[in-house]
Amino acid sequence: MPTVKEKNMMNSPLKTAKGLGSAHHGVEHWLSQKITALANLPLILWFICSTVSLYAKGASYEAFTAWVAQPLNTTLLVAMFISVFYHAKLGAQVVTEDYVSCGAMKKAKLIAQKLFFALITVASIVCVLKIAFTAGM
Amino acid sequence: MSDTVSQKAKRPLSPHLQVYKLPLTALLSITHRFTGMALIFGSLIVVGFFFAAASGEEYYNMFLDYAEMPIAKVILFLWSGALYYHMCNGVRHMIWDTGALLTKASAMKANYVVLLSAALLTIGTWAMACPCWKG
Ligand code: HEM
Repeated sequence: MPTVKEKNMMNSPLKTAKGLGSAHHGVEHWLSQKITALANLPLILWFICSTVSLYAKGASYEAFTAWVAQPLNTTLLVAMFISVFYHAKLGAQVVTEDYVSCGAMKKAKLIAQKLFFALITVASIVCVLKIAFTAGM
Repeated sequence: MSDTVSQKAKRPLSPHLQVYKLPLTALLSITHRFTGMALIFGSLIVVGFFFAAASGEEYYNMFLDYAEMPIAKVILFLWSGALYYHMCNGVRHMIWDTGALLTKASAMKANYVVLLSAALLTIGTWAMACPCWKG
């Protein structure tokens, strides 16, 4: 016997099990927002601690580039930029979806945002790698 | 089908934002969104810094000279506060997703925990960076 709650549901049991709701997507958007939030947390804390420590030591160009060039730091910096900008892209998308009501304007803004975040992700990675590969030269 | 008056009366009303004094929980909720958007601009400054460093020593030093200006310090301070607020409230968001802390009373308590943690982290970071330790 179906329970009262099951009877009142609009979705079929299969739809409920898939958990995708009427829009067929959204769960993975939400989940990616949370996974990137989780990744941001240690990465940004590490970045702040490193930056403060470099600053306290005088923040010379040599010290900074040598720090970026250490393989672990290069890796974490690239990871941080990817995670932060993916997180920001997902977040900005929700804000636009909530506040921009006109269909064409909304589509245009969403596309522009996607391209923008892709561009600054690439730019940040290029800069990190260039510093890492040319440090001390 | 049109509703009867009694059915209409039972429905919850969403707050009329122009005349409704936001409770702290709602204020902190919109602040999470506001700080998220502000942090996008902050992250562009970080990219700008890496761009300068990747362009060579003189650009790196030029960037740091700008960063020493009082207005830059003020922006950096507000930015660090926004980042720590968004971070602490983000952790609360993830706790909410587990189903915990969702009652009005526990949300109210967590409001203060989030605000206090963010304030302490901000002050702690600036204390660590303070030139007074360099001696
Ligand atoms: C420090 C680590 C961070 C954590 C733990 C974190 C956590 C979160 C969480 C959990 C959400 C989803 C809130 C919800 O479900 O409604 C969120 C939203 C968002 N975050 Fe972050 N975040 C972090 C850093 C950042 C950074 C660095 C940026 C910007 C570059 C950013 C921009 C945003 C934006 C724009 C949103 C969407 C706001 C909304 O939908 O109202 N976050 N963040």
